[in-house]
Amino acid sequence: MGFFFPMVWYRHDDLKEMLDSNKDSLKLEAMKRIVAMIARGKNASDLFPAVVKNVACKNIEVKKLVYVYLVRYAEEQQDLALLSISTFQRGLKDPNQLIRASALRVLSSIRVPIIVPIMMLAIKEAASDMSPYVRKTAAHAIPKLYSLDSDQKDQLIEVIEKLLADKTTLVAGSVVMAFEEVCPERIDLIHKNYRKLCNLLIDVEEWGQVVIINMLTRYARTQFLSPNQNESLLEESAEKAFYGSEDEDAKDAKAEAASLAKRKPYVMDPDHRLLLRNTKPLLQSRNAAVVMAVAQLYFHLAPKAEVGVIAKALVRLLRSHSEVQYVVLQNVATMSIKRRGMFEPYLKSFYIRSTDPTQIKILKLEVLTNLANETNISTILREFQTYIRSMDKDFVAATIQAIGRCATNIGKVRDTCLNGLVQLLSNRDELVVAESVVVIKKLLQMQPAQHSEIIKHMAKLTDNIQVPMARASILWLIGEYCEHVPKIAPDVLRKMAKSFTNEEDIVKLQVINLAAKLYLTNSKQSKLLTQYVLNLAKYDQNYDIRDRARFIRQLIVPTEKSGALNKYAKKLFLAQKPAPILESSFKDRDHFQLGSLSHLLNTKAVGYQELPDWPDEAPDPSVRNVEVPEWTKCTSREKRKEKVEKPFYSDSEGESGPTESADSEPESVSEESGSSSSSSSSSSGSEEEDEDEEEGSGDLSEEEEEEEGAKKAKKKKAPQGRKGHAETSSEEASASESSSSGSDYGSETEAKQRKAVRAGASRSPIPPWHPPHRSLGPSQLLSPAFGAVRTYELLHRMAGEGLSVEYCFSRRPFPGDPHMVAVQIQISNNTDAEVKSLRVSEPKPLSGMRIQEFPEIERLAPGDTVSVVMGIDFCDSTQAANFQLCTHTRHFYVSIQPPVGELMAPVFMSENEFKKEQGKLMGMSEITEKVTLPEKCRSDHAIVQQVTSAANVGRVPCGADNEYRFAAKTVTSGSLVLITLERREGAAAQLIVNSEKMVIGTMLVKDIVQALAQ
Amino acid sequence: MLDNGFPLATESNILKELIKPPTILRTVVNTITGSTNVGDQLPTGQLSVVPWRRTGVKYTNNEAYFDVIEEIDAIIDKSGSTITAEIQGVIDACVKLTGMPDLTLSFMNPRLLDDVSFHPCVRFKRWESERILSFIPPDGNFRLLSYHVSAQNLVAIPVYVKHNISFRDSSSLGRFEITVGPKQTMGKTVEGVMVTSQMPKGVLNMTLTPSQGTHIFDPVTKLLSWDVGKINPQKLPSLKGSMTLQAGTSKPDENPTINLQFKIQQLAISGLKVNRLDMYGEKYKPFKGIKYMTKAGKFQVRT
Repeated sequence: MGFFFPMVWYRHDDLKEMLDSNKDSLKLEAMKRIVAMIARGKNASDLFPAVVKNVACKNIEVKKLVYVYLVRYAEEQQDLALLSISTFQRGLKDPNQLIRASALRVLSSIRVPIIVPIMMLAIKEAASDMSPYVRKTAAHAIPKLYSLDSDQKDQLIEVIEKLLADKTTLVAGSVVMAFEEVCPERIDLIHKNYRKLCNLLIDVEEWGQVVIINMLTRYARTQFLSPNQNESLLEESAEKAFYGSEDEDAKDAKAEAASLAKRKPYVMDPDHRLLLRNTKPLLQSRNAAVVMAVAQLYFHLAPKAEVGVIAKALVRLLRSHSEVQYVVLQNVATMSIKRRGMFEPYLKSFYIRSTDPTQIKILKLEVLTNLANETNISTILREFQTYIRSMDKDFVAATIQAIGRCATNIGKVRDTCLNGLVQLLSNRDELVVAESVVVIKKLLQMQPAQHSEIIKHMAKLTDNIQVPMARASILWLIGEYCEHVPKIAPDVLRKMAKSFTNEEDIVKLQVINLAAKLYLTNSKQSKLLTQYVLNLAKYDQNYDIRDRARFIRQLIVPTEKSGALNKYAKKLFLAQKPAPILESSFKDRDHFQLGSLSHLLNTKAVGYQELPDWPDEAPDPSVRNVEVPEWTKCTSREKRKEKVEKPFYSDSEGESGPTESADSEPESVSEESGSSSSSSSSSSGSEEEDEDEEEGSGDLSEEEEEEEGAKKAKKKKAPQGRKGHAETSSEEASASESSSSGSDYGSETEAKQRKAVRAGASRSPIPPWHPPHRSLGPSQLLSPAFGAVRTYELLHRMAGEGLSVEYCFSRRPFPGDPHMVAVQIQISNNTDAEVKSLRVSEPKPLSGMRIQEFPEIERLAPGDTVSVVMGIDFCDSTQAANFQLCTHTRHFYVSIQPPVGELMAPVFMSENEFKKEQGKLMGMSEITEKVTLPEKCRSDHAIVQQVTSAANVGRVPCGADNEYRFAAKTVTSGSLVLITLERREGAAAQLIVNSEKMVIGTMLVKDIVQALAQ
Repeated sequence: MLDNGFPLATESNILKELIKPPTILRTVVNTITGSTNVGDQLPTGQLSVVPWRRTGVKYTNNEAYFDVIEEIDAIIDKSGSTITAEIQGVIDACVKLTGMPDLTLSFMNPRLLDDVSFHPCVRFKRWESERILSFIPPDGNFRLLSYHVSAQNLVAIPVYVKHNISFRDSSSLGRFEITVGPKQTMGKTVEGVMVTSQMPKGVLNMTLTPSQGTHIFDPVTKLLSWDVGKINPQKLPSLKGSMTLQAGTSKPDENPTINLQFKIQQLAISGLKVNRLDMYGEKYKPFKGIKYMTKAGKFQVRT
């Protein structure tokens, strides 16, 4: 039937008819056929109107199929899709929780931007639904909405925060999934829920467990100290004792002893222990993903002595499907490098069966090689011997390499391995021989003196071995070590000269090479032979060989014309070559989080969340306390007092007591801010304070939440009159705000201003207090190029009660810590009173961020201005650093958000270096953008000026005059950022940014484009 | 069932509620009445505290069957000695009980189990403290437990294979001979024996005569399979004959490995025994049954 394409059109007509009929069975039949068409990839979009009509159909089966259709085609026919929205809105109010949930699920799957507000509302409502199932669905809807419109992020984070506080197992997994999708960087949201999540974990459904465990791994990495820090130190020193020279060692030992003594004895945080204890039973899960997640958690977080427990579970996973096996083996391979002892008891579980797929075989081989040590090497080698006779040649080649690695790692068996490999040289298979010659070559390079026997043996093999690669390798070996076999080498050359014309190209090249080397060491015996070979090569068909012969003749045969290089010929040919290192390809994989796709691919995948390193100092553990911690209590009480003083519908305030005022409902925020703006004495940007309080109260204990709920109820019951009063007061407030909008300094507007400043709309001139300063450190970091330095406002004169604070990025290296960005802060006192003890307090940095405060300013006379420098490590992110600026009377909440261009420091490099580095940063790390340069921005000077003002980069010299190159390193991680701007005809130009940090790259492109557009 | 790429429901009981699995009877009914397998009830199972069990289960015959199935993974070397052997076991259950039964299953020798993984219904705490499986079962078929008896324990290998496979350098003929026999079977018969072997590429054809069963050699894939059936200890099954090799090429330097399949009824090779099964929470008396079986897993003989 499907062959009659024209039929489709007629059939569509009859489908429409069926959909319009009254019978459910006909509708169902039609819908089935339509969904089948979609499944086969046929276009059924012209049926949209006919289908959408049925969205209100009573029959649940028809309804389901209509939903499937809607989700598929709504994006294409947005206008018509809107017709169906009202049905979902009705569904959201249905008494049945399942209907509510599925209405939300379908509504959130319809990708029509117009309904974003409706979705947002539906999600918010569902998040406070009675049924946990509906709340779960709300959590699922969050990432969908976020992908449709990322501007909703802030609102969504609020919903996530609320859902994170949910105590049902059904919700936990889904909300953490939403958290990971939308705001993985807001690790501070987890603090209060950490213990709850740990305790709920075992009862959460399997897929939720996986997400939660991965998130908690990241969390624990930022919040706890490394449990292995002392051990790793000891280990390092032990290793040094092996390899280091003696006196160096003694120094090191002293230094280490000192640092050991300094370090406090490690005590594991009880929360860290809680996580380890609660995840351990999940190793018994039937779900391989859960087991893998727990295994990576233990590997990354557990003390060394405890990691062993995961081995058993991982070995169990080896029994399942080959896909699971593949992933598990990859991870085992990485783990076995770091923690060999863990898998040693299970050595035999990694033995290879002939029925395994090749990838699995090679991975198992990798694990076996990693596990090899002095005690088990003989068994492993015996196993390897069987593998060599396998039919799978790729596997045999891998086995030979594995033998080579065992031989280099374990000195005891090196000779045995070598002998075994030499025997393999007589194998009939080309691949085997070639591979073993290559491996032997590598092994011999390590200690050639002791193995002249083997070299001799290999020399004899030239008569039999026909594989070109192997022949070439042998010739290279003989040439390289011709001193060890002085008698045989010329003889081999004689034989090869005889058969020269019949050899493969690669062999011919090596024959020339051998001849040259012999000529240099033993010219008496081989002079004629060499000339003969070179003459043969001169007339070879291959130009490569002809070239080589000409080159070598000039180099080694002294003539009157021969150049200066002649003297160095011996050095050129007979230089010591470093022995190749045979090591596992899994060696450095553990910087990716195990079990992640990035680890599997060994490259960073999109959406990969970097696993942070352990902090040096443990962040405050009290943030996880669910009771209200002491400091919030007191500070909030202080504020409460302040607020009580304010005229704020005072009668109700007195009744409800302090807890209520501490609580910050959205409604009350507007009220409070209104009142505060009316009383000028305390108009301290209290909105910001409120925001902070909101965070605090979001973290409040259960009882407080319940209170909150109770209070809400109370409010609803409250008499209408009062409500009206509150409304009017807020209205008044807003009116007064708007009237004074010329001088309105709420933090919100300040933020707007800051944004505007960052966008470059208003730029301040160079601040006068800023002396140009050159400091060339020992590092290659350049002193910054001085363009216009922009200042940003930290605290406005009005909001700061006369205290105004501005900051700028001075682009100087921050003394004391090279990973910090120096922020110059200028504080001026515009009041008529002295301001005392100005300082930074309670920095609340996000994960990994560090703040180096400026020294306290004792006093600041009226009208005076002082500038100080503080250092902030932004961790290469543009997240704002939040802290409080305190005077002897007031606290101001402020935040510094760096433009991406300030997160780097210029580096010096030559054009060649630049090109080389750029070559390494291709593909995903390269971002290209087309730019149109405006009239005034076409001169060299203007371009360089604009780029250096947008980012703290150094210019790289460049040959072409229509190209501009800049280079910098990010301050925290030191990864390179390379910028190339290429001018085309007219105004067109191309901007290329290469950086490992793709986020930084993309943001930088945006900023530079914007800067150039002006 | 997925929602936006995130697994929403993977529990088979819930999925069956959503779409009923096809049966012959239902297909017949559907064609007559025009209904489909899509469930017309709302999937309430997702909401319950025991998401793996649907509510309102009713049976006239209440029965619970447990199959203890053990698989032997082994590699036997040329000379017949065991290189590695381990036992992987599972307990598959088929529980058809009315209401919300709470079951406990205890073993005679739970220490045998080296590494276990459970269905989510099993209460982990009870296992940790008392080595008892306590659970509210899902409805129908499910895998209660899978376990591992480690390589450290000595594993009894129930069969042996005698083989003589040789390629001669001079002629294009090779000899092939396999005999399979029982070893430590605890007096049980070995059934369903099947021998497969991937022959080297150089083998063109094989002319073999089995003493029992049937054999097939596929000259394209070079796969030899011999369906032996039951092993009679008095008259050991054997497969003898010759191989034709590709003329002109040298003899293959590897010998094929032999993969073995077999089944032994009424025996758990590790010696695991279920002690008793009790039911709480419901009044009726269920019919209980337990079955043991040993199978070959990845059982390989190198030659």
